Amino acid sequence: MVTGLIGKKVGMTQLFTADGTVVPATVLKAGPCVVVQAKTVQTDGYEAVQLGFVDSQPTKENKPSQGHFKKAGVPATRIRREVKLKAGGDPAKPGDQVNVSIFADGDRVDVIGTSRGRGFQGVVKRHHFAGGAMSHGSMFHRAPGSIGASSYPSRVVKGMRMGGHMGSAQVTVRNLKVVRVDEGNNLLLVEGAVPGGPNAVVVIRKAIAAKPVRVAQAEPVKKKGKK
Amino acid sequence: MNAIELVEKTQVTTRPDMKSGDTIRVHVKVREGDKERIQIFEGIVIGMHRGGARASFTVRKVSFGQGVERIFPLHSPTIAKVDVVRSARVRRAKLYFLRGLKGKAARMKETKRVVQ
Repeated sequence: MVTGLIGKKVGMTQLFTADGTVVPATVLKAGPCVVVQAKTVQTDGYEAVQLGFVDSQPTKENKPSQGHFKKAGVPATRIRREVKLKAGGDPAKPGDQVNVSIFADGDRVDVIGTSRGRGFQGVVKRHHFAGGAMSHGSMFHRAPGSIGASSYPSRVVKGMRMGGHMGSAQVTVRNLKVVRVDEGNNLLLVEGAVPGGPNAVVVIRKAIAAKPVRVAQAEPVKKKGKK
Repeated sequence: MNAIELVEKTQVTTRPDMKSGDTIRVHVKVREGDKERIQIFEGIVIGMHRGGARASFTVRKVSFGQGVERIFPLHSPTIAKVDVVRSARVRRAKLYFLRGLKGKAARMKETKRVVQ
């Protein structure tokens, strides 16, 4: 059984619950996807499938990937991602269709995407440094400050947080709640934000570290009499 | 229709055609324990904020000499209904200038407007 799906971020909206609470939700166009390649323990050392996102945009493939699709017997898809298989489930074979019905309302999912690029940023934005006072005679505003001692070690230690390129990196948001599944329109609504801007490609998978759903417990019965 | 409109379509309720300058009565559902009652908030609409199911509006009233403003989501299920009491001629979409005015200065000329 395939545990994930390729999707595209459409945008955000909000939903009302019956008591008037507003739930922020991200609309994802999830699937339909087709299995392009099934990876098995015998050939690849692990179990997974390569999915292709079926959309109307034409794709221009080079000879090697044309052969890859021909082998699977499916039309070429522009966006391809790999997702894992649920252990013990029935194996997937190339050509299988996967759609949003693998998720249900209330499920927990992880969404993997590429964050919005922010360009070259300083340490205050990039690493949440506090910075200095803007006024009161302060001459230290948004600079990083000391980056190490002098003669010993005579170098900057590796991993020192500094200014640099921010964003455009893979980000995983875990345990988002599925608030609605619309199979007819291939839409998936998850509570909260997901990485990237509109039309960003994301992978939605079943949460690998889902927290147990909290159930309201009955009040313990108080014992009468002395201890 | 794009996907967001498709999702929001189910949320949108029918509300009277109100605009800035209208005096309205908002019937708000209030939950107290397991009882529900209706509370009325009457005031002037000082701004409409459009946007599908995310639309909201701001109502201002002066209660015991103290200005009170409430922002309501237009399509919130906690709003039982909205009555338009009177309409006034205003030349702005957002009447934030009313916050600085009181008494006679905060009056507005009434217009006859058919509200469906």
